[in-house]
Amino acid sequence: MIKEILNARRLLCPLPVIRTQDKVKLLAVGDQLEVICTDPGVMQDIPAWCRINGHTVLETRSDDGEYTIVLQVGA
Amino acid sequence: MSEQKKAVALISGGLDSMLAAKTVMDQGVHVEGINFFTGFCVEGHTHAIRGQNKAKPKRNNALWVAEQLGIKLHIVDVIEEYKKVLINPKHGYGAHLNPCLDCKIFMVNKAKQWISENGFDFIITGEVIGQRPMSQRKWTMPIIAEQSGADDLLLRPLCAKYLPETLPEREGWVDREKLHDITGRSRKPQFAMAAAMGIDDFAQPAGGCCFLTDASYSAKLVDLWKSHDGHKDYELDDIMLLKVGRHIRPKQNFKVIVSREEGEGRFMEGYKKDFISLRATSHTGPWALIDGNVDAEDIYTAARIVARYGHGKDAEQVDMVIMQPDGSEREIHVKPFAADEIPQAWFI
Repeated sequence: MIKEILNARRLLCPLPVIRTQDKVKLLAVGDQLEVICTDPGVMQDIPAWCRINGHTVLETRSDDGEYTIVLQVGA
Repeated sequence: MSEQKKAVALISGGLDSMLAAKTVMDQGVHVEGINFFTGFCVEGHTHAIRGQNKAKPKRNNALWVAEQLGIKLHIVDVIEEYKKVLINPKHGYGAHLNPCLDCKIFMVNKAKQWISENGFDFIITGEVIGQRPMSQRKWTMPIIAEQSGADDLLLRPLCAKYLPETLPEREGWVDREKLHDITGRSRKPQFAMAAAMGIDDFAQPAGGCCFLTDASYSAKLVDLWKSHDGHKDYELDDIMLLKVGRHIRPKQNFKVIVSREEGEGRFMEGYKKDFISLRATSHTGPWALIDGNVDAEDIYTAARIVARYGHGKDAEQVDMVIMQPDGSEREIHVKPFAADEIPQAWFI
């Protein structure tokens, strides 16, 4: 299993979702991706994108203006 | 048993595209959504930048629609490719800088490419004849189909009965009798259809979904191009900054962008390594950026403007910090402009 980090700081939605989508295409089922953002909208949008595309959100956290989402790639 | 046909639906996040997709899904077709991000979408960015309506979830409506329908959504970044649509639209602009007809042709063409690459059979849009003055007219429907290259692979389920049969209808992939005959600007048929489908929550953007239909935004874009010696070009950061703040141009060589609220200020602070930034230190007040090449006198003028929009607006003197992109800072002291001292012509 690979765990990758995606820097999506300073991008506003939907760009963090698009970058996440593009990155996930390069990963395999079961791989994990940690997406680090500064737009609080990602806390809604990336989990929504994961739900409709069959990926699992493992963790969300926010700290000092940064929002991090860890997802696991689904089938 | 025949193979299940697959369609991609252009999903804007509004009701019409949602109903169009649902109409086709209900006929047993596998539908996935596609959404194009041009950089001018009201969705997302504006909600993210501005701090108001904190109680209301800042959802992306296209994602939300896809989730309600239970379909996948593919969001495609078309920022670079869209420049040629906006800068030189074959069919011209609408009331402002909205190249709606060229935009629709462009998006359907992109969808056509997508279905070819992904093994899908046809394209669905939520277009309704007569709904929009520029792009959704009886005469524009064949133009969009033809010039996008989609031709009879483009199905508009909401007004299909007023249009020639498409391939999905002729081949029996969808039943034309179960498609619709909506025309005109009234939303009542869509609301009734939504109710019949059990859809009771949907986005109704009051000002449309594209900044290019907005007079104020378009004026700022024209001003941007004029400041580039008439060259119609832009980068994403340029068009993002047009969405925020008051834009005030005292002279041709520079403009001042003054945040209007906290969320905009935070967003603009992210550009402090790209522009000269300024804010008051003796009083609370907005964050501001200077866009252009300026001398000391210009900075002084900008500082007086910014001071006007802070709590020190009636003070004799306001202390302002001027921050250069390299991080160096210096303080200056200014008397804020009185309201009537800023000429109306400076406001973009």
